[in-house]
Amino acid sequence: MSTAGLKAGAQVITGVVRRPRLSPAQIAIMVFFAVLIIAVLRVVTGAKDLASSGALAAAIGLAVPIGLAGLGGLWSERAGVVNIGLEGMMILGTWGAGFFGFHYGPWAGLLGAMFCGMIGGAIHAVATVVFGVDHIVSGVAINIIGLGAAKYLAARTFTGTPGGGPTQSPPLGELPTISIPGISPGLATLEKKQIFFVSDLASILGAFVTNLSILTLIALALVFMTWWVLWRTTFGLRLRSCGESPVAAETLGVNVYRYKFIAVLVSGAMAGLGGGYLALVAANIYRDGQTGGRGFIGLAAMIFGNWRPGGLVGGAALFGYTDAVQLRGGGSTVHALLLLLAVLVVAIGLWQILRRQRLIQGAVAIAAGAIVAGWFFVSETVSDEFTGMTPYVATLLVLALSSQRLRMPAADGQPYRKGEAG
Amino acid sequence: MKASLRRLGLALAAPVLALVVAFVVTSIVLLLAGDPVVAVWTQLLTAPRPRLIVGIINGASVYYLSAIAVAIGFRMNLFNIGVDGQYRIAAFAAAVFAGQGWLPGPLNIFVSLLIAVVVGALWAGIAGWLKFSRGVSEVISTIMLNAIATGLVSFMLFKVADSTTGSNVTNTKLLPPSSRVPGFALISGTPNKVYGFVLLAILVGVTYWVVLNKTRFGYDLRATGRSETAAVASGVNVKRMVLTAMLLSGAAAGLVGMPLLFGQDFSYGTTFQPGLGFAGIAIALLGRNHPVGIAFGALLWSYLEQQGNGLQITAGVSSELVFIIQGVIVLAVVIAYEVVRRAGLRMEQRNVARQLSSDQPGHHLPEGAPV
Repeated sequence: MSTAGLKAGAQVITGVVRRPRLSPAQIAIMVFFAVLIIAVLRVVTGAKDLASSGALAAAIGLAVPIGLAGLGGLWSERAGVVNIGLEGMMILGTWGAGFFGFHYGPWAGLLGAMFCGMIGGAIHAVATVVFGVDHIVSGVAINIIGLGAAKYLAARTFTGTPGGGPTQSPPLGELPTISIPGISPGLATLEKKQIFFVSDLASILGAFVTNLSILTLIALALVFMTWWVLWRTTFGLRLRSCGESPVAAETLGVNVYRYKFIAVLVSGAMAGLGGGYLALVAANIYRDGQTGGRGFIGLAAMIFGNWRPGGLVGGAALFGYTDAVQLRGGGSTVHALLLLLAVLVVAIGLWQILRRQRLIQGAVAIAAGAIVAGWFFVSETVSDEFTGMTPYVATLLVLALSSQRLRMPAADGQPYRKGEAG
Repeated sequence: MKASLRRLGLALAAPVLALVVAFVVTSIVLLLAGDPVVAVWTQLLTAPRPRLIVGIINGASVYYLSAIAVAIGFRMNLFNIGVDGQYRIAAFAAAVFAGQGWLPGPLNIFVSLLIAVVVGALWAGIAGWLKFSRGVSEVISTIMLNAIATGLVSFMLFKVADSTTGSNVTNTKLLPPSSRVPGFALISGTPNKVYGFVLLAILVGVTYWVVLNKTRFGYDLRATGRSETAAVASGVNVKRMVLTAMLLSGAAAGLVGMPLLFGQDFSYGTTFQPGLGFAGIAIALLGRNHPVGIAFGALLWSYLEQQGNGLQITAGVSSELVFIIQGVIVLAVVIAYEVVRRAGLRMEQRNVARQLSSDQPGHHLPEGAPV
């Protein structure tokens, strides 16, 4: 049962795939148009929460744990170890944050979360790297153990504490938040004026400079650090080579076991930190079942982002945003997004027909767009259950439409034993 | 004879080793946390009372179906993580249809089962189709489909919910009494009955064994799982096998909720037992995808769960401890199989080496031969 599984259907890419690199100017233009689209959408549909700083702050809050879990996935998968145990490591992190946060303060809670996640990572590393167990199997087991261990330990350590109980910890101390004094209030007033485009931009900027948790900044720094370490250092090159071709790495003298082990440990720490964010920042309390499958969404965000840090941030932001919009009673907001979806799908359909001469695909896309548009005009709001499904449907669609353009590390999930290099 | 004995020994060594490891690890966890070790094991290892035995058998029948569904995929190297979503959406569809009571008793049950099988297969088929035509990993797509199934079922449940029940538990219409499957009073000393659909689980297990081991299709499926290139060489259409295996796995997954629906709950509601799919993965691994092995795995799983319920009362320990034991068992089992496999390989190599050297005395081993 190798995780690599069947190759059936997988498209073998021959030759070098040229990845278009985006220059800072291009990114700026894309951001400009994204804001413009949101501004237009807000005016057309009247859905105010589309870009309110409140919704965006919530989106950041929800994106960070997903992003941290995804970052954990990135580390281990880049070294060739598939990690679906992220959820279990995250759960361990929530308990670690609760326990150490309650006893020794929030900063200790942060370290505790990382430490507990790392224990989960260590189990995964021992099973997959040392014993060569199938990665998915080990991940499933870690999810079971993580869930059980956190609940068991919570009942053991939080029962009888002031304000705590068998399923939740006492309230935890808060980590500092950051606001930039001169800018935040100004942006807030600008946002209230509801000027086309300007207010939308102000609210987006405002969300980034007002009451930002220090852990959010740490998470952003970790994304950057991950990129730098993995793509700009010798250590990172060696680590990634273990994920692309461990045998080749071995012949060049890289200690593959050691790199894989380190990668999975870091992976666990990142996932644990994501759990710590949920307990310390999002809720200020440990609660049973706090993660709610975010480890899996993190994994999806990483795949959505094509196993790269930048794409991962994009995926996490998208999932966090849909989640936030839904949580803020966003039936009408998501309803507004339907219009955007309809326009996008129709545009894709037209592009397929006009530029790529694919009549059938184009027609299907335009028909789908028309159905979504019809849905928009017929209904008043979108039910919460459908909103909740958005991130998952989006991931599935991305996978279905662009699986050929996604490229996972070549030896991802394959068992490796030392001395196999012939 | 001697060789087969040794093989049996090797096959049994791994599970026994895993149970010992789970026992030791759990004891260490208990000691570290300062919990009463002896009291916990007394609770878990005393013979269960008749009422619990019924509960163990009933629970095991459901786990068994789930594990068979996972195993169908495993035999072909497919990871159907999506049994969780498949059984819930199938049970919901079957419950909605059966609750209407359009058909007379047994026919209603039969058609509902058919609906469950078809819905489960279709839901799994999405993942199968994505793999078949787009090369999307079934692990990821089934994880996504699980979450989508959760949303979809809860959305539709509120649409069709039976509002006349008067409680705040949301469920579909109750099955008419003629469509319920009566239980067997197998165990004396308790009024509780064993699900009638234990027979369904046995039937599925037998079918699984026959199809995989006695038909050409089963042979192709196992061959594809063992070596894709070899299968292609012998004329197997691997892509089509992927789709078929996924559909079959989903069809079996559709049956997972049926013992609960027809034997206990009689409706699908928010309290319908969750998480059966993930347990199925673990149990399929425990039983090494063998129908008899899976039966033992399912019974062990159910046994731990039922016995664990009493932990809080008798030992003052949270019953979630059972999850730790279960998780450690799974991990220990797969590690033990790997260790035993390597040990067996070494043993065989040594045997061969010994035979070679005794057959031709003085003849040295060829260069590079494993010793």
